[in-house]
Amino acid sequence: MLRRYSVHLALALTGGTIIYCAYQEYLSLYIMSILMFMGVNIILSTSLNLVNGYMGEFSCGHAGFMCVGAYVSSMLGVWLFAKDKVFGAAVLDPEYALYAFPLIILTGGVAAALAGVLVAVPSYKTRGDYLAIITIAANFIIISTIENIGAIGGSRGFMGMKRLVNSMEDVVELPWMPIWVFVFTIFSIWVIRRYVSSTFGKGVSAISQDEVAAEIMSVNTNKMKTITFMLSSGLAGIAGGLFAYILGYVNPGSFNIMKSTEVLVMVYLGGMGSLSGSVLSAILFTLLLESFRFIIPVINDFAHQFHLISPDYDISQVWRWVLIPLLLIILMQFRPEGIMGNRELGDIFPRLKRFYRFK
Amino acid sequence: MLESIIQNIINALQWGSFYALIALGYTLVYGVLTLINFAHGDVFMVGAYIAFFVSTFFLSALALPGWVALALCIPLTMILTAMVGVTLERIAYRPLRKKGAHRLYVVITALMCGLILEHANLAILGASRKAFPPLIEVHVYNIGGVTFTNLKVAVIITAILVFLFLHWVVTKTRVGMAMRAISYDKFAVPLMGIPLDQIIVVTFVLGSGFAGLAGLLFAMSYPVLDPYMGALIGWKAFIAAVVGGIGDIRGAFLGGFLLGAVEIMVVAFFPSTFRDLIAFSVLLMILTWKPTGLFGIAKTTKI
Repeated sequence: MLRRYSVHLALALTGGTIIYCAYQEYLSLYIMSILMFMGVNIILSTSLNLVNGYMGEFSCGHAGFMCVGAYVSSMLGVWLFAKDKVFGAAVLDPEYALYAFPLIILTGGVAAALAGVLVAVPSYKTRGDYLAIITIAANFIIISTIENIGAIGGSRGFMGMKRLVNSMEDVVELPWMPIWVFVFTIFSIWVIRRYVSSTFGKGVSAISQDEVAAEIMSVNTNKMKTITFMLSSGLAGIAGGLFAYILGYVNPGSFNIMKSTEVLVMVYLGGMGSLSGSVLSAILFTLLLESFRFIIPVINDFAHQFHLISPDYDISQVWRWVLIPLLLIILMQFRPEGIMGNRELGDIFPRLKRFYRFK
Repeated sequence: MLESIIQNIINALQWGSFYALIALGYTLVYGVLTLINFAHGDVFMVGAYIAFFVSTFFLSALALPGWVALALCIPLTMILTAMVGVTLERIAYRPLRKKGAHRLYVVITALMCGLILEHANLAILGASRKAFPPLIEVHVYNIGGVTFTNLKVAVIITAILVFLFLHWVVTKTRVGMAMRAISYDKFAVPLMGIPLDQIIVVTFVLGSGFAGLAGLLFAMSYPVLDPYMGALIGWKAFIAAVVGGIGDIRGAFLGGFLLGAVEIMVVAFFPSTFRDLIAFSVLLMILTWKPTGLFGIAKTTKI
C-alpha cells in the first residue's frame, strides 16, 4: 500500500511544501525563481533525453522548439487576457486567465510539436550527424524567423505576460507560477516515463539499438520518429511557455544555440537514456550555474588576499562560463557515461525499489 | 547589371573562402575521427587573436615593415593555432577516446572547450574589441565598374591553394592514406602498424593550422576582433561542411563557397536580417534533397 503511493505522497509533500513556503513568502523571490527554472530545466532535459538518449539521435536545436512554445503561449495569453499595444484590448475577461492558463501553455506545446515536424520529416531519411545539422539549422531558422517579424517585437522581444500572472493572482491569491511549473514538471516526467515504458514506446529504444533491425521487426520507424520528435519538442514548448511566463519577457536571443548547448549538457551529464539522471543533472546544473554567482566573488577576494592576481584585475562573472565548462570536462573525464549512465535510480540502489513504484 | 553580378560573385567567393577554410578543418577531423569538433570555430577566433598579438608585436616592438611582419605572421600564427588545436585534442578528447566513451560525449566536450576558449578570452582580454593593425596596403582595383582589393584576391587564392594542398595530402601522401584508412576502419588500422594517435595529431595540426590562417585573413579583411566572432561563423562553416558531405575535402570546399554565395545573394536582394533565415532554409532543402550532402556517400547499413 505504502509502496504503491509513496511516490505520489512524496511529490505531494514536496510540491505542497514549496508552494506553502512561496505562499507564506518564507522563500525569497530569487530562490523561488531558481526553483522554477529548475522545473523548466527538468522538462527540457528529460524531453531532450527522449530523443538523444532513448532514441539515440543527436538533436541539438532543442531551444528552437522552446522558443516556438514560448512565443505562441505568450502571444495567445496576452492576446486573450491582457491589454497590449500589439494586440489591443483583452479579448476575454482577465478573470478567466486562471482557468485558461494551462490550456495556453499546452497550446504552446502543441505549436512546438508542430514545429517538431520540421525536424521529424527529414529524419526519415537522414540520421546521425546529418540530422544534428538539420536540428541546428531548424534552431537558427526559428530564431531568425521571429527576429524578422517586427510586429511581435523582432529581436527586441515580447512582453506583457506579467499582467496575466498578476490577473491570475488577483482572482485567487496563490503563487500560481510555482504551482503550474511544478504540475507541468511532474506531468512531463510522467508522460515520458509512460511513453518509453509502454509497449508502443519500446520501439523508441529499438530504433536506438538498430534502426534497420527495428524496421524489419515491424516497428514503423517513421511513425515512431514523428511521434517521438513531436512529443519531445512539444514538451520543450511547454517548458518554453513556462519560461516566458516566469520571466514575463521573451526575446529570441535567449533561445539561441547557447541555450540548446545547456540542455545538451544537462542530458549528457545525467546520462543518456536515464530519466532520473536527467532530472538530477538538471537540478545540479541549475544549482551550479547559480552557485557560481556567489563562489566567484569569494575566489576573487581570496585571490586578492594572497596577491595571486594584480590588484586592478577583478575576477568577474565572465569566469563562470570558463569554470563551469571546465568542471564539466573534468567530470566527463571521470565519468564518461554521465552521472547515471543509462540506469535509473532504482537500478543503482536496488533497495530503494522496495519503497516506491514509479511507472 | 553585369557588373553587379560579377561584383557579387567576387564578394561571394571571398566570403565563401572563410567558410571553406574553416569547413576544411571540420571535415578533416570528422573524416578521421567521426568527431564533430565544435570547438573549431573558436580555434578560428583564437587564431585571429594570435595573429593580432603576433603582428602587433612585430609592428610595434620590432618596427618591422608590414610585408615582413605578414611573412613572419603567417607561419607563426598557423603554428601557434595548431598548438592550441593539438592541446585540445591531447587534454580533452584523447583521454575520453581512450576510455571508450560514447562518441557524443566527446562532442559535448568539444562544445565545452569552445565555450572555455570564448569566455576565457572575454575574461582575460576584456570585452573591448581589438582593432587589427593594417599589415599590407590595401589597393582597390576597378576594372569596368567591378571593384576588388588585392586582399580579396589573396583570400580567394589562399582558399583554393589550401584546398588543393589538403586534397593532395589526403589523396596522394602516406599520411593521407592512413587518414582514409582510419576513417574506413578504426580498429583494424593499429593492427596494420599505423600509429593512430600520430595521424590524429597530424589531422588536428592541419585543421587548426588552416583555421589560424583563416583567422589571420579574416582579421585582415574585417579588422575588428571580438571573442564571439568564431561562434556563429564556426556553426555556419560546420553546416557548410555537412551540406558538402562531411568527411569529404571537396564537399567542405564546395559547401563553404555555396554558403558564401547564398548569403551574398540574399543580402543583395533582401534585407540583411533575412540572411540567416534564407541561407539556412536553402541548406535545409539541399539536405532534404540529398540527405548525405553533395559529395557524401550513403552508407549501406547491414544487420
